[in-house]
Amino acid sequence: MKNRLKVLRAERDWSQADLAERLDVSRQSVNAIETGKYDPSLPLAFRIARLFGLTVEDIFPQD
Amino acid sequence: MSRFTPAQRRYNRRVLWLSLVYALLLFGAVYAFRRDLLAGPVAWAAAILPALPIVGIFAAIGLYLAEEQDEYVRMLMVRQTLWASGFALSLATIWGFLESFRLVGHVESFYVAVLWFGGLGLGACANRLTFARGG
Repeated sequence: MKNRLKVLRAERDWSQADLAERLDVSRQSVNAIETGKYDPSLPLAFRIARLFGLTVEDIFPQD
Repeated sequence: MSRFTPAQRRYNRRVLWLSLVYALLLFGAVYAFRRDLLAGPVAWAAAILPALPIVGIFAAIGLYLAEEQDEYVRMLMVRQTLWASGFALSLATIWGFLESFRLVGHVESFYVAVLWFGGLGLGACANRLTFARGG
């Protein structure tokens, strides 16, 4: 699934490890989500959205 | 964050201890049976003992899956165990038929566990191919 995670992270100047720490997941997970290789569960998607102050749809747009 | 999740560290520690216990029990059982030191119920117990740490490793894998908080890492391990199960059961089934038609010799059934652990490695390779690092 395409997402804006990498862009949002770059805007805040966070590394994958920074984001992983803030989400309490592994850097491996952040990388897999960013590259669209893994779709997060609904609870994790909400956690990501909350961290960036956005909605789930803002981060994971349905095109 | 460390290379391993907290659940992975616990799992590694458990497997390390169980492997150590397995080596000791196996060594003890082989030694005792080779010298005909055991008979009756004690022989049964001594024969079963080395299997228990292996059963423990299966339990440690189940415990790990229950404890792992990182859903992506957990999914990778679930995929590995599915590969392992498919691989071990397929080979055991094929071998079973070959054996029943007397085309191959008998192989002790604990080798299914060996195949299963080999299958975990296969699953790790499959994960690497499917979710190869990038970005």
